Amino acid sequence: MNKARSNPLNTAAMHVALITYTLIALFPVFVILINSFKSRKAIFRDPLALPNSESFSLIGYQTVLKQGDFFLYFQNSFLVTVGSLFFILLFGAMAAFALSEYRFKGNTLMGLYLALGIMIPIRIGTVAILDMMVATGLVNTLWALILVYTAQGLPLAVFILSEFMRGVSDDLKNAGRIDGLSEYAIFFKLALPLVRPAMATVAVFNMIPIWNDLWFPLILAPAEETKTLTLGSQVFIGQFVTNWNAVLSALSMAIIPVLVLYVIFSRQLIRGITSGAVK
Amino acid sequence: MTALTLTNVNKSFGPVHVLKDINIEINDGEFVVFVGPSGCGKSTLLRVIAGLEDASSGDVHIGEDLVNTTPPSKRGIAMVFQSYALYPHLNVRKNMSLALKQEKKSKDVIEERVSEASRMLDLSDYLDRYPSELSGGQRQRVAIGRAIVRHPKLFLFDEPLSNLDAALRMNTRIEIANLHSALSASMIYVTHDQTEAMTLADKIVVLRDGRVEQVGSPMELYNNPTNQFVAGFLGSPAMNFLRGELLGEQGDHTIGIRPEDLIVVPNGHLAVQVRHVEELGGETNVVAEVSGTPVTIRLFGQSEIRPGDTLHIDVPQERRYRFSTTGERL
Repeated sequence: MNKARSNPLNTAAMHVALITYTLIALFPVFVILINSFKSRKAIFRDPLALPNSESFSLIGYQTVLKQGDFFLYFQNSFLVTVGSLFFILLFGAMAAFALSEYRFKGNTLMGLYLALGIMIPIRIGTVAILDMMVATGLVNTLWALILVYTAQGLPLAVFILSEFMRGVSDDLKNAGRIDGLSEYAIFFKLALPLVRPAMATVAVFNMIPIWNDLWFPLILAPAEETKTLTLGSQVFIGQFVTNWNAVLSALSMAIIPVLVLYVIFSRQLIRGITSGAVK
Repeated sequence: MTALTLTNVNKSFGPVHVLKDINIEINDGEFVVFVGPSGCGKSTLLRVIAGLEDASSGDVHIGEDLVNTTPPSKRGIAMVFQSYALYPHLNVRKNMSLALKQEKKSKDVIEERVSEASRMLDLSDYLDRYPSELSGGQRQRVAIGRAIVRHPKLFLFDEPLSNLDAALRMNTRIEIANLHSALSASMIYVTHDQTEAMTLADKIVVLRDGRVEQVGSPMELYNNPTNQFVAGFLGSPAMNFLRGELLGEQGDHTIGIRPEDLIVVPNGHLAVQVRHVEELGGETNVVAEVSGTPVTIRLFGQSEIRPGDTLHIDVPQERRYRFSTTGERL
């Protein structure tokens, strides 16, 4: 149909560009993965070689599983990420609903104020945050991390979701009001399902920085029992000696849960788009 | 018995005064149509009646009850929206029964009312379908069904036919008229389409810029408009307005004449140039011009008139409506 699209040269160029980009993006992950299955000597002798019968070794994984409480770190990271995402999505969507649905004095100002956080990095306030956490006794708890990440994620969530909330049909909400649904029922039963694709986008955006963060776990929750995966992996990185086997194995294993979460959210994304099309 | 009384209702959005001192009384069982150009405040008025907007001042009575602060679900009303507003995640049966469930009606009552409504609207075969699996007309019938099951004191329709195609629109219009006679309930219907207003209404309320221009039965409004706006708004093609001196009358008033009241005769005393001819088969609309003023003439049957012709027309005295420079009827 479309001439520009069916032109084989164009198609080829497009694919070459995309494939090149994919290779560049995946290469570091690939290097981490192959080297995590090699012995220390093999890693340094030829970092880009695939593991073979001679160089194959699970020593990295064994170290990780033996040393340090890897599963606890894993669990901590998971709790923090899922907990933060839950609160970001819940409060972000609620604020977005209120901003887009209710007319009140200072509505626009409030929206701008909430969006201001997008431009101000939360790390600037680290000292103050640490002070507050010490004062409230939350240091070295997972709640400290969940609260900080929720604060960090909310501005963008409110900003994106309020755009989508504005798109939810007024008639639908009014029909709910006439049928006797409470405002909460309208929010949870009518508005939320319709902005699900946007929620998935926000979730994906927030998930990866939270999962990978080293800064706040290091400052707010460095205790052994609250260490996250990223922080936990740091024990293998020394000032003089780094246990590369262990670091690479830990990183390889850290990829899996985010991958699973991403797949879950991206399926929501696609389903949301198609269900919107037939409506 | 009155179904609805509006007393001095005003509504402002910030500095914008949308509804200005609205006083309307609607009797039990009446079919009332609010009609007016876009932006005249008719939808806002309906939303004030429904309780979706609060009036800035004034009283709304539904039946005998003052409902100024009553939430929409407790007002005894049901509303049908232009965009259908069906719940996308519920099937037809659940869409219709949701409000009854919220009112904590028993299962038997819900079942009975849903089957009654679906029988009236020919929806019995579609009860387990989802809104996305229905056509536009079916969706609108579900929306109407959702209103019927509640047995409301007052039905509110907000431009329910605007999203339907022409043929379906006519069918649904007739269905709504039948529904009104079957249920003998009071209905308020908002539209900008004057055909819908004329064909459905017991009583038409013409609104302009947030003010009620005139209230009356369709023929009252057609035959006896109180001002130039109402005269021009109702009727299709619209009434012609000519300066008085064109027809040899003294004073600077405007003369209105309906297109079907103009008579083409060889010795008519107004000569007009034909610019355009619309042949509809059963009737012909001739768009002509006299010294810069357009004149539409409606002829029955087919005609030989062609663009460029000069016609002589008569404007019968008894068919003339006279309006002052401010638009008031003289």
